[in-house]
Amino acid sequence: MPFEYAPAPESRAIVDLESSYGLFIDGAFVDARGGTMFKTVNPATEEVLAEVSEAGADDVDRAVAAARIAYESVWGPMSGRDRAKYLFRIARLIQERSRELAVLESMDNGKPIRESRDVDLPLVAAHFFYHAGWADKLEHAGYGPHPRPLGVAAQVIPWNFPLLMLAWKVAPALACGNTVVLKPAETTPLTALAFADICRQADLPPGVVNILTGAGETGRLLVEHPGVDKVAFTGSTEVGKAIMRSAAGTGKRLTLELGGKAANVVFDDAPIDQAVEGIVNGIFFNQGHVCCAGSRLLLQESIADEVITSLKRRLGTLRLGDPLDKNTDIGAINSSSQLARIDELVKSGEDEGAERWSAPCAIPDRGWWFPPTVFTGVTQAHRIAREEIFGPVLSVLTFRTPDEAVEKANNTPYGLSAGIWTEKGSRILWMAQRLRAGVVWANTFNRFDPASPFGGYKESGFGREGGIQGLGGYLDVEGNR
Amino acid sequence: MTLVDALPDSSPGSLRRFLQGLPGVDEVGAVGRAAALGTRSIKKDAKAWAIDAAISMVDLTTLEGMDTPGKVRAMCAKALRPDPTDPTTPSVAAVCVYGDLVAVAREAVGDDLHVAAVATAFPSGRASLDVKLMDTREAVAAGADEIDMVIDRGAFLAGEYGMVFDEILAVKDACGPAHLKVILETGELRTLDNVRRASWLAMLGGADFIKTSTGKVSPAATPPVTLVMLEAVRDFHETTGRLIGVKAAGGIRTSKDAIKYLVLVNETVGDSWLTPDLFRFGASTLLNDLLLQRQRLATGHYSGPDYVTID
Repeated sequence: MPFEYAPAPESRAIVDLESSYGLFIDGAFVDARGGTMFKTVNPATEEVLAEVSEAGADDVDRAVAAARIAYESVWGPMSGRDRAKYLFRIARLIQERSRELAVLESMDNGKPIRESRDVDLPLVAAHFFYHAGWADKLEHAGYGPHPRPLGVAAQVIPWNFPLLMLAWKVAPALACGNTVVLKPAETTPLTALAFADICRQADLPPGVVNILTGAGETGRLLVEHPGVDKVAFTGSTEVGKAIMRSAAGTGKRLTLELGGKAANVVFDDAPIDQAVEGIVNGIFFNQGHVCCAGSRLLLQESIADEVITSLKRRLGTLRLGDPLDKNTDIGAINSSSQLARIDELVKSGEDEGAERWSAPCAIPDRGWWFPPTVFTGVTQAHRIAREEIFGPVLSVLTFRTPDEAVEKANNTPYGLSAGIWTEKGSRILWMAQRLRAGVVWANTFNRFDPASPFGGYKESGFGREGGIQGLGGYLDVEGNR
Repeated sequence: MTLVDALPDSSPGSLRRFLQGLPGVDEVGAVGRAAALGTRSIKKDAKAWAIDAAISMVDLTTLEGMDTPGKVRAMCAKALRPDPTDPTTPSVAAVCVYGDLVAVAREAVGDDLHVAAVATAFPSGRASLDVKLMDTREAVAAGADEIDMVIDRGAFLAGEYGMVFDEILAVKDACGPAHLKVILETGELRTLDNVRRASWLAMLGGADFIKTSTGKVSPAATPPVTLVMLEAVRDFHETTGRLIGVKAAGGIRTSKDAIKYLVLVNETVGDSWLTPDLFRFGASTLLNDLLLQRQRLATGHYSGPDYVTID
């Protein structure tokens, strides 16, 4: 008799949704001047969760002005020790409200509650705790004796880890003494708005954190605003390039965390069962909506068949469905437009002759879904080996020697992350020295820690987030040299 | 798997090359995988099913110096009817006793349950092969249809794989028709690489079941160790077509823990292993917690320790 897991949904009752939300400017929720609203939708059900304001040029002006005043009058002059108190308070409030925030994140984003509860939220709190600790120790961070903040930071974040990306941006900015205007992605604004409420709960001085909701145009207005000293963007390489062009010559400091097409390299002496787990975690974590996803699997040819057999068997056990069910492994695709992009690239893989295999799982009737999919017989020339799919689609390539593995891994315009699987320590070090990627994982994948810097090479961007290195993006480093 | 080409003959060199050529186990990864499966939420019908399944997989065990015929008879009565107030409660899989009490146990359970005897100088395994074989034959003659043997951990850690292998072969032969469970005592093997190698060694030697622990060494069964053994059983089946069972023994005391093991089995080797023929719990106190949880599911409230029997 089969062991069927009964549905185990996390309750939505803990989330108190309002029907519409304003913009968070200068410590208060206000209506957008233009009065335009847009809807945010639960991607697993296509149900409208709330209406959200679209910030226009006037609203961006107001928010940047509020951030400037807060920077000059309160937050900039405040001692690091006092800034730390606010950050610790925010971190504790996030922990206290973590279940509510995890449920809200899963509803708005479509990611499984298991991930929002066990990965996103613990990391969000950890980022605030970590950076709270730095706030009064910046003179010991290696940026000179009196590192100064930059001023007002414009921050634009993606929809794949909405609250975690907010934490990566807001925590170091505030710890270093900057004020922020942050724009969450248009499909996932709700946890950023809940964070605005946490800022109020923490009595954070008005204007230190401002949240503007909106789509690409709002983001463009924000990053191009002349009152901004620093721009931090995480998102697509295409938008990143546009931002870089617009920032050229303005004196704005810029950090970009863009796309990726990471190689996950498995050698014949790898711990195979754990490598299979790492491959799954590398590309099917968060439905593959991960910029550092291990989307190119490079298998040593001598073990390729064995690993692919094990991988397919393992993918057969993944549970796709209701993101709020505690046993769900694969949630919903965040939007219909993202699903269309995945469909388009998967079709190109089929057309170009790669062999497609998708896990046999039932797809719910409503919402946007894509089954875990593996392409074998992929070569460097296939689009699915070069372009970021940002979905649960793995391209499998093979190699014969370590040199060939390095060559193929590096043969991409991106350079965000890479994985190495081998029981041989010396090979890990040899590979790590040669891989042009900002993060190299050995015998693991998609591990994050606030103390560890994250960022890319080449078209994956520049600048680091997290760790001592990440502080440099929010401090007037040049002025000290 | 290409393992089938690599399967060793019984020469020491061939065994050593084969066992040391098995893929390594990354401990961090294995522990992480077991922990992730431990977060599965098993509720309602699934929980009711799992509790009954777990009860039917228990080897109800007493392995104490103070064991007496009276104690064993009482345990056998409980094994047959774990919850006298509810006849729908399944009986356990087997009773597990020392060799000298096998006859008492067999008389008490008749042909309704398996009788397992620990043999081969349990728990340390420190005796001559002759003594171990005699121990085994006597238990089988007294009515045991399952033998839980221990491997020679000293020989294993010294790299004498051939010696361990020969001993398993000899005990298997002495078992006759009785099923052989081979106890690896993973708490003494320490590394997961050793657990994988010992699992293969035992299966190649003719084990019907591989078992984590004696229960006399801490740590006994753990989810990562059981995961690695399940992977070995899965790979052995793919290589040879033979189905080998796994017994997690020692340290599993709560229903919650037992259900985590069932999830581990379900998602590692599949639900065809979720039968007493292929998965067992070696436990003494686990049964009462399973019964308490079973009563709670039936009545909606917790009864208490006085509502399950202490035998």
